[in-house]
Amino acid sequence: MATVRSTASRVLANRAFLLACLLATSIAMAVLAVLLVSIIWQGWDGLSWKFISGLASRKAKDAGIMVPLLGSIWVCAICALIALPLGVGTAIYLEEFAKRSRFTRIVQTNILNLAGVPSIVYGILGLTAFARMFGAFGTNMDDATTFGNEESLFFLRFPFGSSVIAGGLTLMLVVLPVVIIATQESLRAIPRGLRDGSYALGATRWQTVWGITLPAAIPGIMTGAILAMSRAIGESAPLLVLGGALLVYNAPENLMSDFAVLPLQIYNWAGRPQEEFHRIAASAIIIQLGVLLLFNGVAVFIRQKLQKPLQ
Amino acid sequence: MSSLASKPLGPDPLGANPAGRDLSALGRPKSAAARRIRERIIVGSLALAACFSILVTTTIIVVLARETWGFFQFPDVTLAEFFGSIEWNPLLGAEKHFGIWPLVSGTLLITVIAASFALPIGLIAAVYLSEYASPRTRATLKPALEILAGVPTVVYGFFALTLITPILQKISPAFGSYNAMSAGLATGVMILPIVCSLSEDALRSVPRGLRDGALALGGTKFDVSVKVVVPAALSGIVAAFLLAISRAIGETMIVALAAGGVAQITANPAAEVQTMTAYMVQIFLGDAPATGVEYKSSYAVAATLFVITFGLTMLGQYILRRFREEYD
Repeated sequence: MATVRSTASRVLANRAFLLACLLATSIAMAVLAVLLVSIIWQGWDGLSWKFISGLASRKAKDAGIMVPLLGSIWVCAICALIALPLGVGTAIYLEEFAKRSRFTRIVQTNILNLAGVPSIVYGILGLTAFARMFGAFGTNMDDATTFGNEESLFFLRFPFGSSVIAGGLTLMLVVLPVVIIATQESLRAIPRGLRDGSYALGATRWQTVWGITLPAAIPGIMTGAILAMSRAIGESAPLLVLGGALLVYNAPENLMSDFAVLPLQIYNWAGRPQEEFHRIAASAIIIQLGVLLLFNGVAVFIRQKLQKPLQ
Repeated sequence: MSSLASKPLGPDPLGANPAGRDLSALGRPKSAAARRIRERIIVGSLALAACFSILVTTTIIVVLARETWGFFQFPDVTLAEFFGSIEWNPLLGAEKHFGIWPLVSGTLLITVIAASFALPIGLIAAVYLSEYASPRTRATLKPALEILAGVPTVVYGFFALTLITPILQKISPAFGSYNAMSAGLATGVMILPIVCSLSEDALRSVPRGLRDGALALGGTKFDVSVKVVVPAALSGIVAAFLLAISRAIGETMIVALAAGGVAQITANPAAEVQTMTAYMVQIFLGDAPATGVEYKSSYAVAATLFVITFGLTMLGQYILRRFREEYD
C-alpha cells in the first residue's frame, strides 16, 4: 500500500464497519421475525383440531388439511426409504472403496452438479421417468397395465401416473445429492486410526465399514438425513409439475393413489384472491413450520447428544 | 471417549466400536473364498448405487434434449426465432411467438433484485459472524439462520404476496398486485441464509495465523477482515454467490405466486414479469394438450434453465478448484 492512513481514520472505518455488520445482521433477523409474526398473526385463529383433521372443501371455513398432511407423510416415507440407502451406499463407495480415479472424480463432480439442479427440472424428470415411464406402457392412462385390486394396498399400475409413488421417487431425486454429501462429510470426519485398527485385526474392508466406520458416523448421517427429509417435506415445485392435482378429497390408500401434499395445498390457497383462503394458508404454514422445527430439533438433539468426539 | 478411557479393560478399550456392536459375529471364521465373494457382491452393489447418480444426470439431459428436439420439429418454431425473437406468447393471440428472451429477462430481473438484497447483507453478516461476533452471539444467530434456510419456498411466496406486495403498494401506486420487486425481495430473503452460511464457512477456514499476523502489524479488525480474511476466502465466497444466484434463477414457487404471468422484457421492478420457471408451472398446471407445441415449449425452457444453472455450478466449482488459497 502506497499511503498509510492515519490511525484515527482507520479506527473510524472499523467502527463504521461494525455498525454495518450489526445493521446487516439485524436486517436478516428482523426479516425472520416479521415473517414469523405476520404468519402467526394471520393464521393463529384458524388453528384448531377441526382444521388439522378436516377433509378438503371448496369453502375456506370448512377446509381441513388431513388429506395433504397424510399425503406428505406417504411421499416423504417413500422418499426416505429409497434415498437413504441409495445415498448412504453411494457415499460409502466413494469414501471407503473407490480408488482416486477419473471415474470417481466424474461421479463426485456430477453429485455436486446434481445438488445445483433446480427442483422443477427434477419434476420434469419424474414426470417422464416415473409418471409416464417414457411412454413404454402407452401414453394413455386409461390403458395402463394393472396388477391386483384397485382397493388393495398392493395394487400396482404401470406407468405410475401422478401417484404417491411417483411423487416419492421424484423427491428422492431431489434429496439424493443432499444425503450423499452429508454422509460423505460425516465419513470423512472419522479418524483414520479407527480403520487402521480394524484392518490390523484382520478385518476386511466391508467388515471395517459395517462394524467400525458406519456406526461411528451414524449421528452425522442421521443429522444429514433429517435435514434432507425436511427439504423433501417442504418441496413443492417438482410435485406441481408431476401431478397438477391440487384438490384431492381422499387420503392415499396405496402406492398408486392420487395425492396432495401440504406445501402444494398452501400454494393452492395462497394463490386465490379471497382473504379467507390466505388466512387458512397461514394456518397451514404454521403446521408446516411446526413440523420443520420438530425435524430441526431432532437433528440438533442428535448432533449434541449422540456425537462423541473421536479425536 | 473419556468415559471409555476410564475403564481400559472393558469390552471396547480403544473406543473402536462406539456403537457397541457384537463383533464376535464378524470374527466367525469363514473361508477366505466365501469372504471374498461376499465382499465383491457388496462392493459391486455400492458401486451400482454410485452409478445411479450418473444415470440421473444422463436421463435429465436425454429427456430434455429429446423433447426440446421435438419442440423444434413443429412447423412454426425455429431455432432462429427461439434465440432471435423478443416476443413470447405461445398461448394467446392468433400468431404464436417463441422467443426465449422475455422469460430470460424476467428471470434476470428477479435474480438481480434478489442478489442486490442478499449478497451484500449476507456477506457482511457472514463477516460479522466469523470475525466480530462473540461465541454466544454466534450460538443464537446460527440456529436462526438455519431456520430461515429451512423455510419452504412456498412460504416465502405467501410472504411476498400477503406482506411485501401490500407494503410496496402503500409506498407507490405503481406496483400492481403482481410485480417483480416483491418476488425478487422474497427470493433474496430465501437465498440470504445460503450466502451467509457458505461465506461464513469460507471465512472461518482461513487460518488463524493470517489474522494474528495482520493484527500484529497494527491492523484494526476492519483491516484484518476486509483486507486479509475476505481476499483469502474469496474463492469460497464467489462460489457461495454463484450457488445462491443459481438457486434464485431456479426458484419456482415464489415467482409463481408473486411475480405474475406477463412475459415481457423490462427493467421496471414494479412491472409484472414471467420467469422461465413460472412459465413451466403455468404449462404443467394448465390444460395444454401434452402433444401440442405450447406443452413442448416448456421442455425447451427447462433445457435453457438447466444449461444456465449447470453452467453456474460448473463455474463455481472451477473457481473453487483454481483459485483456492492453500495455507497449510
